[in-house]
Amino acid sequence: MNYITGYYTTKFGEIWEKSLFDLVKEAITGVLKQTNLTNKQIDAVFFGNMLAGVLENNLHSPSKISEILKVNIPIFRAEAACASGGAAFNLAKNYLDANRNKNVLVIGAEKMTDYSPEEAITGLSAAASGEEQEAGLTFSGLYAMIANYYLEKYSYSEKNLAYVSVKNHFHGSLNDKAQFRRKITVEDVLKSAYVAYPLKVLDSSPISDGASAVIMTNNPDWVKKQKYKAAVLASEVATDTISLKERKNIDEILATKIAANNAFKNAKIDRTDINVAEVHDCFSIAEILAMEDLGFWKKGEGGENIIEQPTMFGNGGNLIVNTSGGLKAAGHPVGATGIKQIGEIFLQLTGQAEKRQVKNVKYGLAHNVGGSGGTAVVTILGI
Amino acid sequence: MVGIVSYGFYIPKYRIKTEEITNVWGKNYEDVKKSLLITEKAVAGVDEDSLTMAFESASSALSNIKIDKSKIKAVLFGSETHPYAVNPASTILAEFLGIEKNYLAYDTEFACKAATGAVISAQALIKSGYTDYALVTGSDKGMGKTHDTLEYTAASGSVSLLLGKDDLILEIMDLESFSSDTPDFWRREGIRYPSHGGRFSGKPSYFYHIESSAKSLFKKTGLKPADFAFGVFHMPNGKFPIQVAGSLGFTHSQIQDSLVVNYLGNSYSASALMGLMPVLEKAKTGDLIFLCSYGSGAGSDSFVLKVTKNLNKRRKEFKTIVDKKKYINYPAYLKAMEMI
Repeated sequence: MNYITGYYTTKFGEIWEKSLFDLVKEAITGVLKQTNLTNKQIDAVFFGNMLAGVLENNLHSPSKISEILKVNIPIFRAEAACASGGAAFNLAKNYLDANRNKNVLVIGAEKMTDYSPEEAITGLSAAASGEEQEAGLTFSGLYAMIANYYLEKYSYSEKNLAYVSVKNHFHGSLNDKAQFRRKITVEDVLKSAYVAYPLKVLDSSPISDGASAVIMTNNPDWVKKQKYKAAVLASEVATDTISLKERKNIDEILATKIAANNAFKNAKIDRTDINVAEVHDCFSIAEILAMEDLGFWKKGEGGENIIEQPTMFGNGGNLIVNTSGGLKAAGHPVGATGIKQIGEIFLQLTGQAEKRQVKNVKYGLAHNVGGSGGTAVVTILGI
Repeated sequence: MVGIVSYGFYIPKYRIKTEEITNVWGKNYEDVKKSLLITEKAVAGVDEDSLTMAFESASSALSNIKIDKSKIKAVLFGSETHPYAVNPASTILAEFLGIEKNYLAYDTEFACKAATGAVISAQALIKSGYTDYALVTGSDKGMGKTHDTLEYTAASGSVSLLLGKDDLILEIMDLESFSSDTPDFWRREGIRYPSHGGRFSGKPSYFYHIESSAKSLFKKTGLKPADFAFGVFHMPNGKFPIQVAGSLGFTHSQIQDSLVVNYLGNSYSASALMGLMPVLEKAKTGDLIFLCSYGSGAGSDSFVLKVTKNLNKRRKEFKTIVDKKKYINYPAYLKAMEMI
C-alpha cells in the first residue's frame, strides 16, 4: 500500500516576488521539513507542470529540480494540461507499485501571473484541439458551450450555477493559502461581468501562481513512524477526445465517469463512503458536471441539488466538496491544482484542515481534469 | 529659498464620458465607474499634442509676471508623449515662448513623473547659481489602446511651473525621491500604445514607491500628514490616490480637492501637478502642501510646499476652466487621438 505522509503548499495567487522554481523550491523545502525527510531519502520525483515550456521556454524542469534538490535521482515531468498534477501523482503511484520501499516526492507548480492575460490564455489554449484553437475557442468559450447546453437541456438558469462559486468562496475564506478569501453572494456572481455567456467572472477560476507537494511512500517501516498518513486507495487516469465536437454528450465528462468507476472499483468503497471531495471547478458548470459524473448526484439533478448547498462546510451534509475553496477561490495554478486537491484531502483525513476541518472523515476523493475533459484523474484516499 | 514663482495649466475642452466608452465595449458602466472612479476624461483635439498643450500652459505661467526671459536659462519638458522620439520639444517650446537662446533645454521621460523629476533638477540648477529661473512643463496626450483599461483613464493635459528664488508663491521646503527597477508600465520604441502589468501596477509599484518616498520625506522633515493642509498624489485612477493617502495617514478632506482624475482622467506627467491646480485655487498663506508623484518603471518624488502670500497675486481659476467643455462621442474620440 502507498501512503501520503506529508503535504505542503505555497500560498496561491499573484506571487510576483517568486519565479516558478522559487515556488517549487518553497514547496520542496516545506514538505521535506514537514516529513523530516532529507533530500537523500527521496528516491524519485514527479513534477506536474503545463506552461513553463510555452511561456518561459523552460522544458527541462527535471534537471532544474535536480539542481534545487541537490540529487541525481530519476525525475520526471508530467503534462496533461490542468490535470498535470493529478497525472504526476498517478505516475508516482505507479512507480511505487513497481518498486518496493521507496519514497517519492510529487510536486505540481505553475507560474502564470508574470505574463499578460493574452499570453496566459494563449498558453492555456494549447490544451485544446487545433480546430478549436483555430476557431478562436478559449476554455471559457468551451465551458460556456457546455454550460449553455446543460442549462437548456435541464431547464436551469445562470443562478443555479452561481451557488457553486458562493460555496467555494466561503470555503476559500477559511483557507489561508487561498487566492481569494472574500465571501460572495449569488447576487455578486450574477452581477459580475460576462466572460463567455452564460459564464461570468465569478463563475470562473483565476489565473494563479503556486506550487504544492506531497510525499508518497511504500516503505512500511517509514509509514509506521509517521504521525500523519493517508492510504492511497486508488489513482485512476482516463482520457477522451480532445475536441468537444467529437464527444457523444457534452453534458458530461466521460473521462471523469471512467476514471471514477475504476477508482471506486479499485478502492473497494462506495460513493456514499466519501466524506470530502476536491472536484475540478475550473468553471461553476464544471463542478455540477463533476458531481454528476463522479456518481454523487444523478445526471441533470446537479443544478437543483446545489441550491440547498448540501456540500457546503457547516451545513451538516455527508459529503463536503472543495473545502480548499476549489479552483475558483483557492486559485488555479494549473500544474499545482491536482496536487493541492490531493493535499487538501490529506489534510482533512489527518485532521489538519484547521478552520475548515470536516468531522469524522474516513475517505476522500480528488478529481482533476485536463482541458475540457480530455484527461481526468480520480484519486481516492482513506485512513 | 527656491520655489515656484508662477504656474499655468491647460486642459483641452473635449471630454469623453466613461459611459460612452463602456457602451461601445458592452461593459457595465456602474462597475467601471466603481472600479476606477472616473466619470469622464479630457481629450486633446486632433490638432493638439503634448507640445501645443505645453505652449498653452507655459504661456499661462508666464502671462502674469514681469521677468526678464533671458534669465530663464533652463527649460525642461517632461512627457511620455513627446511629439518626436529624436528632436527636443523643450527647444521648440522655448523658441515659441520667446526665451533667449542662451539656455539649457532637455526633454525628460519617466512615465508619469517626468515633470516632477525635472522640478528636482530645476531647483538644483537654481540653487547652484546656474540660472535665476527655470521653466518646467509636464504635458501629455495620454494614449491607451482601445479596449484596454487605460482607455478609460489616459487623458490629456499640461501644467507648467516657473521656478525661481524670489517672489515665490510656493516655497519648496524639502523633497525626496525613491526609485527602483519595477517594470509595471512601459512602451517600447516604435510601439504606439503602452503596455502594463495589470494589478502589478498597484501594490509593488504605485503603492510601494509612493509610500517609500513619502515616508522618507516625513522622516527627513519630521513632518506628519496632519501637518499638511492638502495632500496631492499621482492619479492613475480615482481609487489609488485615496488608498495611498489613507495608508499614509491623510484624511479624505485633505486630498479631495486634488482628485481631478474623477472628471479629467490621468494626464500622465501632468497628473499630480494637475491635482495641485485646484488646491492652489483655495490654499491660504502658510498652508503646507504635500505633493507626491509616481512614475512607472518606477519612482516617486515627494515635495513639501509652503504657500506664501504671493499666491493671492497669481492665483488662477481652475473650476471655471474645467467647466468649459464639449462632449464628444467615441468615433470623434478615435479621430482626436488619431486612431482612425
